Amino acid sequence: MDIFQSVLLTIATASTPLLIAAIGELVVERSGVLNLGVEGMMVIGAVCAFAASYLTGNPWIGVLAGILAGAVLSLLFGVLALSFATNQVATGLSLTLLGIGLSGMIGEDLVGRAGERLPNLDIPVLTDIPVIGRLLFGQDPLFYVSIALTAAVMWFLFRTRTGLTLRAIGDNHKSAHALGISVLKYRYLAVMFGGACAGLAGAHLSLVYTPQWVENMTAGRGWIALALVVFASWRPWRVIGGAYLFGAVTIGQLHAQALGFGIPSQLLSSLPYLATIVVLVLISRDRRLTVMNTPASLAQPFVPDR
Amino acid sequence: MRIELVKRPQQSALFSAVSPLLALALTVIAGFIIFSFLGKPPLEALYIYFIEPLSETWQLHELAIKAAPLIMIAVGLSVCYASNNWNIGAEGQFIIGGITGSLIPILMPDFQNALTLPLMLLFGFIGGAAMGAIPALLKTKFNTNEILTSLMLVYVAQLFLDWLARGVFRDPNGNNFPGSIRFPSAARLPEIMPSQGGAHLGIVLAIIAAVIVWVMMKYLLRGFEVKVLGGSPRAGRFAGFSSTRMVFFAFILSGGLAGLAGISEVSGAIGQLRETISPGYGFAAIIVAFLGRLNPLGAIAAGFVLALTYLGGEGAQMSLGISDKVARVFQGLLLFFVLGCDTLIHYRVRLVFGDPVKVSG
Repeated sequence: MDIFQSVLLTIATASTPLLIAAIGELVVERSGVLNLGVEGMMVIGAVCAFAASYLTGNPWIGVLAGILAGAVLSLLFGVLALSFATNQVATGLSLTLLGIGLSGMIGEDLVGRAGERLPNLDIPVLTDIPVIGRLLFGQDPLFYVSIALTAAVMWFLFRTRTGLTLRAIGDNHKSAHALGISVLKYRYLAVMFGGACAGLAGAHLSLVYTPQWVENMTAGRGWIALALVVFASWRPWRVIGGAYLFGAVTIGQLHAQALGFGIPSQLLSSLPYLATIVVLVLISRDRRLTVMNTPASLAQPFVPDR
Repeated sequence: MRIELVKRPQQSALFSAVSPLLALALTVIAGFIIFSFLGKPPLEALYIYFIEPLSETWQLHELAIKAAPLIMIAVGLSVCYASNNWNIGAEGQFIIGGITGSLIPILMPDFQNALTLPLMLLFGFIGGAAMGAIPALLKTKFNTNEILTSLMLVYVAQLFLDWLARGVFRDPNGNNFPGSIRFPSAARLPEIMPSQGGAHLGIVLAIIAAVIVWVMMKYLLRGFEVKVLGGSPRAGRFAGFSSTRMVFFAFILSGGLAGLAGISEVSGAIGQLRETISPGYGFAAIIVAFLGRLNPLGAIAAGFVLALTYLGGEGAQMSLGISDKVARVFQGLLLFFVLGCDTLIHYRVRLVFGDPVKVSG
């Protein structure tokens, strides 16, 4: 039973950054913007979080630094893709390239340093309940943040007027503009929310998942988060399912590597990426359904006419 | 303060020409700021980055070695992006091309004659094209987003190469180091001017590829088809062009050229199959394609510029102790500025201060 519980705990830890980053990108895409820079914002979040935590000795300051760094970098994307109406695919890509380069530069002296891990929750009595105690009351704080964030985004998108407006902009920015809504203002805020989430997801990697800085430590997780949004058909609660599925695949292959089985470790390491492709194929197969679910003005630049 | 875009009645010819240069100038200015921030003498650093690598013949050869794969990949990507297909997995296609091209010298090391090299190059092209065809197939058959699938395949390709170089393809006499046997000279791309430096035939192949693709884009129906389907898929359908065929064409051409670049790198610059064969050429080539304004000939010039950032990065690390990661930052910034400057071609940019004037009635 103990092994079962610890496996579930590690799956939750592996899934949390995917969930946080994907939920942020979901809001961005619901507003009609495709930011392919998740990987770059995540890796910048990871290095800034680690650096701040290392310098101050307080991992919570690291968390804040990660969020801030992700949001600032996303603003760069916003200026180009929104104000300058550039091609969003290319702009997002350049954000990822810049993020990877910049993080390598910032983190050069931090490689190999031991960092502080964000402490797990520990509520006397409750955490000690057998079987479920650790799962419900003994995980890292960002796990709870990720669940709360998903619930909050669900509520925001489908239960508030602002959320409705945001979705309307994502589906038809021209009509929204004609109604007097400031399309770009909403999109800027959505993009920065997405950046903050990606930064937080990166902070989870360098402060909880593996409390250290390794160059390129996101290893494609930002891209998997992007795939998760498609997988979830732009619905927040489905992102949880997707994120935990990938968390399980990641942890499963790590355990399989430890046990050996004579399967090349490289094949096992490539499983999460292959799984992403398979899942994308399965979910996109029905062309009509995909068209229906995708925000209609996704990735189309908007230039307000007077 | 707000930024306001006003659509130009027609594209600005002036900015079409100067936007890449403007982007370069902005990158140099950004470099000045970054170096000052790092506490290094900015002018000296810029000199080492952008001028010194051009001062001696052997360095020009190094530049050509680095520019060759960048140009070759970017030429294919230019066509791909112009047709509105987003292949960002060139890095993976490069790797697979390197692997399939190496099959002959690794599995049949005694097959050494005039056919060896041409067959290797052909195998490299086919391998890269096959790898590129996967996202194309998934896109056309299952409607799967090609950006994500082509990128995921990069990680798969890297791991596959790692497995080969440490496992079945490892040199049995290599003291357990990862990497295949060293290729025999019949399987090495020859150097152009061996007496002066190490540049191999790869750069010539890259320029030939650029010219051929440029002719296709400018004078052949296929090039017209790329532009029509890229600009307006609906108009393309009315013209009777098949977008499914175009997806395959774009991915197979860009994948194939990336594969060709891969085997050129392995058989020209490296000389054996190693566990890593690319310092991110497949991604840097995306920047090259955009800096060259999706024009195959533009990619030649842009390829040399990007190659310069690689060389300058190495030089600055040696003489000033600046991290070679700065080169990556330059590359990312360059793409940012290129995209931003391209906006000037279609729009006039106005800065508006204060609130917009409300018009009533």
